[in-house]
Formats: sequence, C-alpha cells, structure tokens
Amino acid sequence: MSETEPLASVQPAADPSRRRLLLASTGVVGAVGVGAAAWPFLASLRPSRKARVVGAPVEVFIGNLEPGQLTRVQWRGSTIGIMRRTERMLADLEKLDERLRDPDSSNLGQQPEYARNLHRSIRPEILVLNVHCTHLGCIPQAIPEVGAQPFDANWLGGFFCPCHRSTFDLAGRVYAGVPASSNLLVPPYSFIDDENVIIGVDPEGAA
Amino acid sequence: MAKPAGPIARTAEAVDDWVGERASVKSFYRKHLSEYWAPKNFNLWYFFGSLSLLVLVNQLLTGIFLTMHYKPDAELAFASVEYIMRDVEWGWLIRYMHSTGASLFFAVVYLHMFRALMYGSYKKPRELVWILGVAIFLILMAESFMGYVLPWGQMSYWGAQVIISLFGAVPYVGEGLVEWIRGDYFVADATLNRFFALHVVALPMVLLLLVVLHLAALHEVGSNNPDGVDIKAKKDAQGRPLDAVPFHPYYTVKDIFGAGVFLLIAAFIVFFWPEGGGKFLKPDNFVMANPLVTPDHIPPVWYFTPFYAILQAVPDKLLGVITMGVAVLILFLVPWLDRSPVRSLRYRSWVSRLALGIFAVAFVRLGMLGLAQDSSTFELRLWTFVYFAFFILMPLWTSFEKTKPVPERVTS
Repeated sequence: MSETEPLASVQPAADPSRRRLLLASTGVVGAVGVGAAAWPFLASLRPSRKARVVGAPVEVFIGNLEPGQLTRVQWRGSTIGIMRRTERMLADLEKLDERLRDPDSSNLGQQPEYARNLHRSIRPEILVLNVHCTHLGCIPQAIPEVGAQPFDANWLGGFFCPCHRSTFDLAGRVYAGVPASSNLLVPPYSFIDDENVIIGVDPEGAA
Repeated sequence: MAKPAGPIARTAEAVDDWVGERASVKSFYRKHLSEYWAPKNFNLWYFFGSLSLLVLVNQLLTGIFLTMHYKPDAELAFASVEYIMRDVEWGWLIRYMHSTGASLFFAVVYLHMFRALMYGSYKKPRELVWILGVAIFLILMAESFMGYVLPWGQMSYWGAQVIISLFGAVPYVGEGLVEWIRGDYFVADATLNRFFALHVVALPMVLLLLVVLHLAALHEVGSNNPDGVDIKAKKDAQGRPLDAVPFHPYYTVKDIFGAGVFLLIAAFIVFFWPEGGGKFLKPDNFVMANPLVTPDHIPPVWYFTPFYAILQAVPDKLLGVITMGVAVLILFLVPWLDRSPVRSLRYRSWVSRLALGIFAVAFVRLGMLGLAQDSSTFELRLWTFVYFAFFILMPLWTSFEKTKPVPERVTS
C-alpha cells in the first residue's frame, strides 16, 4: 500500500477488531509505562533514607521522675510524654467510663496490644504517650490537678488541647463530644530496666 | 492608503506585515479586546475580575523577587525572611506587597464569586466559566496555604501540621498519606522544601493555565450582566449586540480607573497596616518554628476561617474533614442546583434575595467564629447548617419562586 494514495476509495475497509486490539494494547502498555515512569517521582516524596535513620529508637532515664511528674522527649519528631502517675490518678481512671468515647481502648490502632488495658501502659504507674492531639496534632497541656476548669467543671486531671478544646484523661483516653475522635497514641516502647525506657522498640516477644 | 513616508514608519509597517503573515496577533487583539462585545451595563461588581488579574500579576512579580533572597531550608528560612525585611533594599516593601497581596487576592475573589451568585453568571451557557473559576479558587487555597508555610514561623509550622494531618482522616491509607505529604515523620525540612517547589513553580503554572482557560471560556460565550439579559439576542446590521460596547477602549479605561482606586487602598494597607491587625500575618509567625511548642491558639488566616469553622462544628475528624471539603466542592454544582429560569437576582422574588442574604451572613459569621478562640459549638453548627441549607435547598426555592419577566434589552 502506498502512503500517498487517498484512503477510502482504494483501500479495503479497515478491520475494526484489529484496530480495537491495537488501540487497547497501546493503551495498556502506555498506561503501564506512565505508571512506571511516575513511580520514581511519587516515591521520591517519601521519607528519605536519612529521615528514616534519624527516626531510630530513643532511650529515656526515668529514675528521677517524681510521682505526678511529666517529662517530654522527641521521637520521630513527635513529642512523647512520660509520666509517673500516683495511686490517686490511677484510681480516678475507673470513675470516667461514661464520659469517655472509647474507655476500653477498643480502637486497636491507638496502642500496641501490650498497652491495651485500663491504664494503657505496661507498668500501671508509668504512662508513655504520644502527646500530639489526635484531632490535628497540636500538643495538649497536661493539667493533672483535680478541680473545676473553664472547660470542665468536674475535671479529674488529664490533658487539654488549646487548639480545639479536646480533652483526654490521664491515660490519654479521649472525652466524648470533643473534636478529637480517638485516644492519644501509645507509641511502641519497652523497659530496658527499672529506670530506663526505650521508645520505638516493642517489649521482647510482644511484636 | 498612501505608503508611509519616513523610514521608521516604513520599517514599522514591514515588521507589522511580517508578524501578521506568521501569527494572528491582530485577530487575537480583535477577539479579546477591540471587538470583544461586553454588555454596556456593567456596574461596580464587575471590577473584581480584572482586579484579581492585577493581584495575580502582583503576586507573580513580587514572588519572583522574593525567591531571589529567600532560602527554602528549615534552618535558614525564618532568618532569610527577616533578612528580606531588614537588610534587603526595599525588601520589606516587596515582602509586604506579596503577603498583603495574598489577602487582597482572596478579598477580590470572594467579591467576584458573590457577583456571580447575584447575577446568575454561572447559569447556562457559562457553567464552564464557573467551574474553571471554582478550580482557580481551589488552587489558590493550596497556593496560599503553602506560601504561608514558607516563612517557617510558629504559625507556618503549626498551620502546616494541622492542615496536613487533615489527610490522616482518610481511612486505611491516612497515616501513610500524611507521611508521604510531609516526607518525614513530622513537619520538617523536607516538607518546607517541597512546599517551596509547589508554591513557586508547580501551582503558579496550574493557576496561570486555569486563568487562561477561565478567560477563554468566558470570551467564547460572552460576559453576563447585572440584568442577566442575553445581549446576543438583539444585534445590529453588522452583527454587533445592540447593548454592548467593545471591551477596549470602554472597559479597559473603566478597569484602569478601578485599578487606581484599588491600588490606593492596597498601598494604604501595605504602608500602614501590613499585618492586618494580626489577621494577614499572625503575631506568632514572628517566632521561629518550634516543633516542641504548640501555640495556644492556631487560627488560620482570615480567608480560610469560614471553612475552618465548619471543620470545628463537626465532632468527628473524618466527618469534619469531609464536611469541610464538601463545603468547597459543592460550589462546583451551583449551575445545576439553581433551577431558576432567570439569571439575575433583579428578576427573582424576595425568596432568592433572602436566601443569598442569609448565606452571605452565614459565611461572614462562620469566618468570625473560625477566628475566635471560644466559639459556641451551637453557633458553629447553626451557621454550618445554614451554609449547607443554602445549596441543598436551592433547587427547591429556585423552582417554585415566582420570577419577574426579564426585559429584552438591558436597563441603564
């Protein structure tokens, strides 16, 4: 067939099924090619190797933490709060069930299995919590004192987020009717010994 | 016509001929300026289209000069902005023109959109003009958000933290998505660097393309007018609409006057009120970003507050994000939600006027609530309800209300 000939008059009628096959195969191969070419660009936006190395576990000395005291450390850019709770604080956790959205930690993504209990921790008195508000990531203020607050007349101690007034108890459990819809996140952590916690490493045999 | 006499005039004509044979400059000029027939009854509301174009040019020009001194690096960004403000000759002016320009951009765009709602400028055959306009609005929101992050102050940082974590509400992939957007496990240098690229290169290109399409779509169907009358229905012997004037020189001159008044106001703000009383530039943003300290209150810039209030009204993260998203996206549907046979509010009943009036009040009120620290949840929900009721009930009242007859010619 000469390419300069006019089309319809001399050429035999095109076979539509062959044309469809050609179009479909070109389309599929083209889409795979575009996808493969796009991948390096999309993947380049993920945390780099350097960022992943910087996100390594962090060791914290808690031997000098007083009852009721909260200390904060950085892990993967998040602020992790570690608090030694008093007997009174632990007892108050049981009084709050009906005011909380998820008192039993049934949202499994918010804590490792070994911290899924009333006090949401491995050892009852030591609370390890990612203190970024689960609403939009602000850092709530720790207000451990019991007593009326502007945002809650029957405050039993907990965390108050100044951004959008979400409240959490001293186990990081979210109150009902606030913008945040899940409990504060418990990061993976374990005890090296009685006085040292490591953030980012599960207890042996747990993970 | 006699040949031009002098050598300069002859050369000019030769160049003109040479270009004319190779590019359709003249026909472009005629189509979009000297023979673009615009209704003769434009009023004050018709300034805001050309003004947004003016602000866009301002943002592009001042932006280019800011990038010559700015450093997109978490360690250096904050100091480089202060360097622009203090040490670069006239840097303060260029920076304030850019930051104030962002607020003015939204001001004129909101008024431009309100004009369209009043006169039914989104109705057939201008649906595409409206859709492209809403797309511009969306890109503008992304552009201004990323621009606000660049100075790397406390508000930049925590605003970014809040907005990016909105994507974490997406089921299953949310956390991965957030990590991908940030490029780290928290808002960090990687985030700032990519926002710089998007703010300075990618989004402005998209914005310019959309603006060109918006104007091309408009010039294809022609401008609406305060009466909503179809001016193409009545033409003279040469096929020119009787109620129209050529855009150039009539509206170019009018728009230049509008631009003069606008620039007077803009200059006043830039020189005497550049921080807008903390509304354009937040006091907290004069403190360098610190991932360990959350400011007590993280209000967005004023032009986002209505949507932010809607987010706060919903007591669930995912539903809140969806509601806020829908609040913007529902604008795309307006051409089909409005069932009225007439375009302009002038020939609709009191129902439409009341509805648009209440909607405007709700929008402003939501903006105020989103800005305040202790807004009542009840009021947030009430006005959010009103905001959505306006759109959802629009098919109802626009179908049933009694409209007045639209005149055949525009009123003067």
